[in-house]
Amino acid sequence: MTMVADLIFYVFATVTACSAVGVVISRNQVHSVLFLVLTFFSTAALFVLLEAEFLAVILIMVYMGAVAVLFLFVVMMLDMDFSELRQQARNHLPFGLAVGLVLLVEMAMIFAHNHLVTAPPASSVANTKAIGQTLYTQYLYPFELASLLLLVALIGAVVLTLRERKGGKRQNISQQVARTREESVELKKRQPGQGAS
Amino acid sequence: MSLNHYLILGAILFAIGVFGIFLNRRNVIIILMSIELILLAGNINFVAFSHYHGDLTGQIFTFFVMTVAAAEAAIGLAILVAFFRNRATIDVEQIDSLKG
Repeated sequence: MTMVADLIFYVFATVTACSAVGVVISRNQVHSVLFLVLTFFSTAALFVLLEAEFLAVILIMVYMGAVAVLFLFVVMMLDMDFSELRQQARNHLPFGLAVGLVLLVEMAMIFAHNHLVTAPPASSVANTKAIGQTLYTQYLYPFELASLLLLVALIGAVVLTLRERKGGKRQNISQQVARTREESVELKKRQPGQGAS
Repeated sequence: MSLNHYLILGAILFAIGVFGIFLNRRNVIIILMSIELILLAGNINFVAFSHYHGDLTGQIFTFFVMTVAAAEAAIGLAILVAFFRNRATIDVEQIDSLKG
């Protein structure tokens, strides 16, 4: 039983790491975004392994459903020439690789040599219910602040990309409401059969 | 699987994200995606600790990291779009002049 769980962990961890590498070294930007989607998906599977299924579904909905789609929209919209951007990347490859390797070795040394808890305690409530019980009581203020942060991000994104279209017809409600009868209706006397000129 | 395996996976993702920022210095979209990878590595660490200590705080904090990451991606891409409309390029090396 644990062997199957170990195998599942190794499979998803390998997929995560390989698709993360695919994000950064892919020549095509659309391929990079799709590799990012694969990274998020395999991380969601790892979250399910860690008994955080609510977070796994939220990851899929928020990261894959919103953020990755947003990236894809922007990549499709900005028609850019990335062939010459690749040329400069070759110069920085050895240094970047060295820094990444040093960082990885340092962190792996720290994480592999500590003696942390290896047997997880079992919880009695479902994950969603437990998160709800904690989030809305103990972490209420950060929750409200996070919603405020999202509001600020929403307003900021709209303000940054809003463009004024000239020549469009708009309604001016106060002007319409302030209209009087004298300036909108005019009575003319006409004989029958004469027309309304 | 012990906690160390998840932490090392988080470390690998973090290193790949940093490597991606180093490698794609001129392409802003890949930089933003590498930042998302770094935040994802932090998320994996949080959830792994939350599981192996029986404490829900890690998962709660993952919520907020996810919120911040989504907001930052949206604002970053909005800045990118607004910039691209003016300059028709997203080469970071050409964003080097201050106005005035």
